[in-house]
Amino acid sequence: MPAKNMIQAINDGLDVLLDTHDDVLVFGEDAGYFGGVFGCSQGLQKKHGLDRVFDTPINEGAIVAAAIGMATNGMRPIAEIQFADYIFPAFDQIVSELSRIRYRSAGQFTTPLTIRTPWGGGIRGGQTHSMSPEAFFTHIPGIKVVVPSNPYDAKGLLIAAAECDDPVIIFEPKRLYNGPFDGDPNKPALSWAKHPKGEVPDGRYTVPLGEAEVVREGSEITIVTYGTLVHVALNTAEQEGVDAEIIDLKTLAPYDIDTIAASVNKTGRCVVTHEAPRTSGFGAELIAQIQEECFYALEAPIARVTGWDTPYPHAHEWSYFPGPERTARAIKRVLEA
Amino acid sequence: MADARNSIHVPAPKFRPGDTPDFSHLKLPRAGETPKPDVDADPAKIRDLAYGLVRVLDHNNQAVGDWNPELEAKVLRQGLRHMVLTRIYDDRMLKLQRQGKMSFYMKSLGEEAISVAGVMALDAADMLFPSYRQQGGLIARGKDLVEMMCHCISNSKDNLLGRQLPVHYTSAAHNWFTISGNLGTQFPQAVGWAMAESKKGGSRVASSWIGEGTSAEGDFHSACTFATVYRAPTILNVVNNQWAISTSQVIAGGEATTFAARAIGYGIAGLRVDGNDFLAVHAATQWAAARARGGHGPTLIELYSYRAEAHSTSDDPSRYRPKDEYKAWPLGDPIARLKDHLILLGEWTEDRHAALEKEMTEHVVKSYKEAESHGTLHDGPLSPVHTMFEDVYAEQTWNLRRQRQDLGV
Ligand SMILES: Cc1ncc(C[n+]2csc(CCOP(=O)(O)OP(=O)(O)O)c2C)c(N)n1
Repeated sequence: MPAKNMIQAINDGLDVLLDTHDDVLVFGEDAGYFGGVFGCSQGLQKKHGLDRVFDTPINEGAIVAAAIGMATNGMRPIAEIQFADYIFPAFDQIVSELSRIRYRSAGQFTTPLTIRTPWGGGIRGGQTHSMSPEAFFTHIPGIKVVVPSNPYDAKGLLIAAAECDDPVIIFEPKRLYNGPFDGDPNKPALSWAKHPKGEVPDGRYTVPLGEAEVVREGSEITIVTYGTLVHVALNTAEQEGVDAEIIDLKTLAPYDIDTIAASVNKTGRCVVTHEAPRTSGFGAELIAQIQEECFYALEAPIARVTGWDTPYPHAHEWSYFPGPERTARAIKRVLEA
Repeated sequence: MADARNSIHVPAPKFRPGDTPDFSHLKLPRAGETPKPDVDADPAKIRDLAYGLVRVLDHNNQAVGDWNPELEAKVLRQGLRHMVLTRIYDDRMLKLQRQGKMSFYMKSLGEEAISVAGVMALDAADMLFPSYRQQGGLIARGKDLVEMMCHCISNSKDNLLGRQLPVHYTSAAHNWFTISGNLGTQFPQAVGWAMAESKKGGSRVASSWIGEGTSAEGDFHSACTFATVYRAPTILNVVNNQWAISTSQVIAGGEATTFAARAIGYGIAGLRVDGNDFLAVHAATQWAAARARGGHGPTLIELYSYRAEAHSTSDDPSRYRPKDEYKAWPLGDPIARLKDHLILLGEWTEDRHAALEKEMTEHVVKSYKEAESHGTLHDGPLSPVHTMFEDVYAEQTWNLRRQRQDLGV
């Protein structure tokens, strides 16, 4: 199997979708001729034609609105929002329209479309290229929210999302585009070439929406996370010699409560980590649900490791980023409680 | 007068409660005066149309000029029938709302030509993205009145399962999109629909309507930008009925220019049309549809009219405008104008009109009786409660299943 980084895997996924589905259209700011600022749609316009892969005006609201209209006329659009930080001009179309068209029309109109957008920090992007706004979107009934953490899943989840009859937003951890990242910015960059999840099969395959994966089995503590922090959690467990069970959520809405609850009921201890700010972050939902399901199995309060309740800073990026040190501290606290 | 250098210029309507409305200052072109270009005209060459006024019926209700669509009498009578039905339907629904039979209602009094002619001039396969005041278009598309009423009274036969406020109709079978309560969102969606149509090589066009108040939203700019960039086969209608709830069109930017003139900056064809003239609305829509179908791009149409009734049943217009302002409005009543035109042609009579009104009234009364036999919001039966948890996703997710069980339905 060819090794691919996450950009190549997404590009391959888009290519497969364009090949196998006449109704798939790919568009966004700089996404056509140029192939996207991260190159996720590179070469696809040349291969699939100007009116299947194209550039749009800089108007995220219109990108999503047009995608909605297209979807109601038989298309399966895949729209790119250049950075998750810039999804907010489209927020109204997502919250008030996209999420509700099936519901408010009682199934007469549906919007099977996918929004992909680079997400998260760790790339010195400052406050306007680093946000993790997933919690805004998990709060909207009718939208599915996906965060892949590796090339294999990125392609498989993308194909599953595009083929799904519900609207799906895929937040792509841009720090993982070129290689896994264990949370230490001073180490040389890693490559997907040596990672098992960098093996990306050719052709069509899917990774099911709504299913989490236990990426490391363990008995002492459960770490529930997604995106970039999956790798940080794995690294921290190794470093600290903790027998942690690590769950990569992959889909945040609807999230896989069964996998989480089974693990926490087994380990009795849990840490939830995400890069987004702490207050009203997605971790709050997870922890509330976990304590409802697993209260009598819990040996300690559930801890959260998150970004701070500040905008994502530029110079102090690594003091903001919930890296291995803070993760280790939380694990220790929960294990010792 | 406020000093322009040290105060904000806040435009105001000419007349407030207690004033005597007088619209003689409006410079309205006469019928036949605004020329009709070819449907493939270069938008740069027809900019004057955005400041003109497409009118066909003159002050004697005779059809004049190039824009006369020369419709057969039977089409005109059909249009009259739809408009009369719309008005009687609206009247009846308002009364029923007052009696507590539904939570809310919105009339389209005085704007019936806009919705009826704007839909009749299109093909049945063309897709409509309306706002909440185009019920006449749904009637023109032949939607069953009982079904419309069942939706408004949210009963067991409401095709939207009680999920939407009254008048927010959805009817895929009539190529009628699901009406949003969020203003303007459907405008760029219509453009996306039309882009998909281009992709498929189809010949259908999309038509959407918003009010002049809503044209201030970013979605208006979104729609115009995408429509011009991708030359989407779209008709973008702005219904300038002078009022957005209590706010005059001058607050939406109507003081300095026309709403049709917005088209000029986008390189789109812009038409300003007498919205109370059935023939003018029909002709302009037909022109825009032919233009779109021919691949010549979108058209922005300002339909110049007047909202004769309250904004909705939650509104009291006597608090912000003169009571009789509509009577002073110079463009008249669209139904009376078409009726008089037909009489002038020898194709209609007062007696036939009275008979039509009677027939439509009976139709509405009978339809409501039937609708009510399926329940009302107040007394039920409603759609089953468990349907509240359906259609959020294609398949019910675990959280919704649990919440439904929690509610015990
Ligand atoms: C985004 C949004 N803002 C505000 C409202 C509340 N609202 C409902 S109708 C209306 C006035 C609309 O006026 P106009 O666009 O001129 O249309 P008209 O009612 O005159 O047909 C307002 C402000 C809304 N429904 N949606």
